[in-house]
Amino acid sequence: MTTAPANGAAPAPAGDAAEPLLRTEGLTRHFRIGGALSRRGLHAVDDVSLSIGRREIVALAGESGSGKSTIARLLAKIYRPTSGEIYFAGRPLSTLRSRRDLLSYHSDVPMVFQDPFSSINPVFRSSHGLLRTLALHRPDLSADQRMDEALRSLEAVGLTPAADVIQRYPHELSGGQRQRLGFAQALAVRPKLILADEPVSMLDVSIRIGLLNVMARLRDTEGVSILYITHDIASARYVADRLIVLYAGQIAETGPVEEVLAHPRHPYTQLLLSAVPDPRRPLSAAGETDQGEPPRVIDPGPGCRFRWRCPLAIAVCHTETPQLTDLEPDHAAACHVAAAGDHAKAFG
Amino acid sequence: MPSAPADHRTGQTAPAAPGDPVLEVRDLSVAYLMDRGAVAAVDRVSFDLGRGEFLGIVGESGCGKSTLLFAIAQLLAPPATVTGGSVKFKGTSLVGLTERQLMAVRWRDLSVVMQSAMNALNPVTSIGKQFADAMQAHGVTSKKEIAARSAEVLRMVSIDPVHLKSYPHQLSGGMRQRSMIAMALLFTPDLVIMDEPTSALDVVAQRALMTQIKELQRELGFAVVFVTHDMSLVSHFSERLLVMYAGQAAEWGATRQVFNHPRHPYSIGLLDAFPSITGEKVPLTGIPGQPPDLSRAQPGCWFAPRCPQVMDRCASTPPELYPVDRTLVRCLRYDGTPPDPAVTAGAAQDSAGATRGTEQR
Repeated sequence: MTTAPANGAAPAPAGDAAEPLLRTEGLTRHFRIGGALSRRGLHAVDDVSLSIGRREIVALAGESGSGKSTIARLLAKIYRPTSGEIYFAGRPLSTLRSRRDLLSYHSDVPMVFQDPFSSINPVFRSSHGLLRTLALHRPDLSADQRMDEALRSLEAVGLTPAADVIQRYPHELSGGQRQRLGFAQALAVRPKLILADEPVSMLDVSIRIGLLNVMARLRDTEGVSILYITHDIASARYVADRLIVLYAGQIAETGPVEEVLAHPRHPYTQLLLSAVPDPRRPLSAAGETDQGEPPRVIDPGPGCRFRWRCPLAIAVCHTETPQLTDLEPDHAAACHVAAAGDHAKAFG
Repeated sequence: MPSAPADHRTGQTAPAAPGDPVLEVRDLSVAYLMDRGAVAAVDRVSFDLGRGEFLGIVGESGCGKSTLLFAIAQLLAPPATVTGGSVKFKGTSLVGLTERQLMAVRWRDLSVVMQSAMNALNPVTSIGKQFADAMQAHGVTSKKEIAARSAEVLRMVSIDPVHLKSYPHQLSGGMRQRSMIAMALLFTPDLVIMDEPTSALDVVAQRALMTQIKELQRELGFAVVFVTHDMSLVSHFSERLLVMYAGQAAEWGATRQVFNHPRHPYSIGLLDAFPSITGEKVPLTGIPGQPPDLSRAQPGCWFAPRCPQVMDRCASTPPELYPVDRTLVRCLRYDGTPPDPAVTAGAAQDSAGATRGTEQR
């Protein structure tokens, strides 16, 4: 339990030292689109290998349609992967068959949703969701212990006085408080990893920071890892240890968040960074030609999926899908140009 | 509600826009008439907008920014009603015009781009048909002329005119939003009102759209009222900035000035709520508490319960807009009364800290 920033260094636990908390290998999910006879496939997630360490916040960033939420749903076992495997603490998820195994996985890896207004049942008090979750996942506790545990998790997310909040109905809570309640519900089951799908995007600007601070506190004091899905790079930098940039269902770049933002190697990361509105930065007028067309992911052939928008694209980009390669220790990008050691900047 | 003379004063001290104003809003108030009483959603807002100017209106949800915009465009529906003030567009008052008179003005002189293009566009007709509808409503009947102008405005927003045959669902989010803007430009209006047009887009598309709006504005010379909750978005694009809180103007002035020297504690807090992607990583606090419930009357300043620089009299005295260095600020710290010495010491420190914080950025 240190207060030192966990940036970069993924603290390995003593036991299974090399094994991260969660790891995916070639995770792929395609959706068939069109009529029943259609053979066209939407490649929502393609060959994604990522890892999340213990006590670590990993930000998964990308534009809408890049596959961020599909990855969260695959990890939450809402979708089944088309191919590839997810390992949780070393164990492949496809081997989880019994109800007990599944329940235990869901309590280890709960999810917090984007919309705090529709993800909480409006007809019950806050206690309902908390206590029901506890009754399901921790049947060993007595009713009193469950109440204590519920109050504890409310306090951990800053909903105080907890004894008062637990009696309230969702409509009596503000958006920020509701989203904290979402985190409290996830926290009540003593999770190891929280999947947070755009948890702050529906909240007011002045309240977002408070929730990001809650996430950092959960990591530091409760030892929880968080997969923070967002399209807001600035908030990713604020709260996350590592950053994964997703483009068209594939990982474009990954590494410690400061390192990636200071030295973005993939042209898409550079484009993304140049587009972030920042009042503290002078406006660069040049290079504003990108029209932001969405990625092509319906039956994509081989080749880099960013090549249509990339000013640096070379011949090989049209024929070969770039593999994610380490450019620095722990900093990888899937780009032919960057892999060739070229430090050219496409944007920004 | 405070007395009329005070209202009048706030109206007159608003910094005048250069040249002939396209839009003059004076002490505009809007209330939602509910069973349990009227809720003042917009409270005596005044501003001028000159030809070709870009005004950003920022604030959080429930601060009245969209209601203000709807009141300007005369699009309010019950229970919302204009309870006072005036809106003058090119010298004519819009308040009280009949629906027929408004129809003549809409699209031709003044157009509105809504937040969700998916809902604003008719899903069962093609883009081209919708463009034609708007033009026919204003007496353009020549098919040739309609086709030519439709293609022209689509090209202006970098969309291939083949998409005139497309239906809204066949376009990407960014293209839908751009075609809404194209439609708003069919008649080269003097004023385009935009309600969070980029909020459904990701950063790259958002940036592209903002740049495009700015370029078109420079080229065609229309004025823009741009409402957003994202203060950083307008920082580079608007000339003037109106920060709203609880239905009132909290701060009003030149965008650069407000960003470089925010005076109102709420503006300071809003600016501090954005993490940056450059520079040193500093812990941020956001603004504690939550936006006020406007149906519960408040004798003093609406922001007082959340304000880090709150003084004793904030709870009882409603602040007016006070001129500070060419901006207007609704905060008792700037009302010119010498404050209690004990408070001053703390306040000086506070504001010094705030200024330092600003300059660091």
